[in-house]
Amino acid sequence: MKRNVYLDYSATTPVKKEVFEAMVPFYTENFGNPSSIYRYGREAKSVVDKSREIIAGTINASTNEIYFCAGGSEADNWALKGVAEANANKGKHIITSKIEHHAVLHSCEYLETRGFEVTYLDVDEYGMVDLNELKNAIRKDTILISIMYVNNEVGTVQPIAEIGKIAKENGIYFHTDAVQSYGHIKIDVEKLGVDLMTLSSHKIYGPKGVGALYIRKGTKINQFIHGGAQERSMRAGTENLAAIAGFGKAASIADEILDEHRTRLIALRDKMINEISSRIGHVKLNGHPTERHPGNVNFCFEFIEGESLLLLLDNQGIAASSGSACTSGSLDPSHVLMALGLPHEIAHGSLRLTIGDFTTEEDVDYTVEKLVGIVEKLREISPLH
Amino acid sequence: MYSEKVMDHFMNPRNVGEIENADGVGEVGNPQCGDIMKIFLKIENDIIVDAKFKTFGCGSAIASSSMATELIKGKSIDEVVSLTNRAVVEALDGLPPKKVHCSVLAEDAIKVALMDYAKKNNLNIKGLENFKVREHEH
Repeated sequence: MKRNVYLDYSATTPVKKEVFEAMVPFYTENFGNPSSIYRYGREAKSVVDKSREIIAGTINASTNEIYFCAGGSEADNWALKGVAEANANKGKHIITSKIEHHAVLHSCEYLETRGFEVTYLDVDEYGMVDLNELKNAIRKDTILISIMYVNNEVGTVQPIAEIGKIAKENGIYFHTDAVQSYGHIKIDVEKLGVDLMTLSSHKIYGPKGVGALYIRKGTKINQFIHGGAQERSMRAGTENLAAIAGFGKAASIADEILDEHRTRLIALRDKMINEISSRIGHVKLNGHPTERHPGNVNFCFEFIEGESLLLLLDNQGIAASSGSACTSGSLDPSHVLMALGLPHEIAHGSLRLTIGDFTTEEDVDYTVEKLVGIVEKLREISPLH
Repeated sequence: MYSEKVMDHFMNPRNVGEIENADGVGEVGNPQCGDIMKIFLKIENDIIVDAKFKTFGCGSAIASSSMATELIKGKSIDEVVSLTNRAVVEALDGLPPKKVHCSVLAEDAIKVALMDYAKKNNLNIKGLENFKVREHEH
């Protein structure tokens, strides 16, 4: 009767069996240091090269434009700080949005303490950046635009190609955090006109602790970790070999199944959105109705609070997340929900359910069924209802 | 994160609901902060003969309301006035530091309900002369 239903794929994903199997030999047998010249080292180096080639291929980049690092947050930090510092002589203005991941927002806040100025663009009620507002924000001293591809909370897909065009016309570097779009949307860095792109492995059924920064050839950026000659001397440190092997495998699987993955997720997502909308009153879908991550469902339930909702779902075996203050650990609900213009009391009742490759139709049915009862129960307790 | 007691009172909250023609009603918190607690008291001969609540909030807010209403049922007004949020926290086998404010809300809601009772009946309740709802901190 009770099921275990994981619906937090935007937080992290399980490592696929094939991915795990591809990793194991690099812990035990082929454990060499890729910088060593003997056989162990050469074998290790060849898997790093192979993963780099696979990942480059999935986004139509050149192999030498992919730099491995420890994950999405590191890649964001590197892109922001590396480009800012290397181009400070040209200008000290950066444009980003109010709904970026904290790895971007907090890097921007740090740069503000180092003399940079940052414009944080508003978004509309669906979480979409306004291109005119972006154009108006551009100044002579703007050196970098950083806008995420897909928002991690509400799943809104930004018009990246249009932003890329605007950046190019104005001679400004363009970085996008593509952690939530990689493996879900076909990415072509040439068509998008991005100069830097953040990628992460653990959102695409790869291991945690590894990611990559795509850096277009010719981009002026500082090195991130000083030390050895790894990653073309841009990011020193002995490579996380097994993780890189897993990332490569995960990227190749994600690329291979992209179309069917999307079709399957979108069907489950829309079923869930439709059933929640029709079976529960006083709800609001957060994010964009069509320009949306294929697996993202995000609702606000009026009169109830998100943490209570998560605890009762967890009690039924369902893992989800919320942007309420009690789950964010601060007084305010998530900065993303606030930027959408939601009133505090509504934003406190948010629930994010993110669907992935192991989600079944039965999981969706079970979750909706339980959710109906849980929302009703909490509303009975609520003085607002 | 939460003790078994908290989870029990959150999953199976006691005394949920409203009391019609309650002798005292107290509401504290605000929806912007994500929690509102409303407590209803029925008082006979200075004894709390019934207590009910309605709460909008997180798991610990609901558990604190449930436990607080349990603690005051059958007690005299004097006993209830001296009840602090600490007693609620202890009865719940502890709350995470960030959630202690939920127990403060429960104490305050009860005291506001007692003040309401006092006002309606033109009484002075000893120990509540200087009572003020606290600005709650998260």
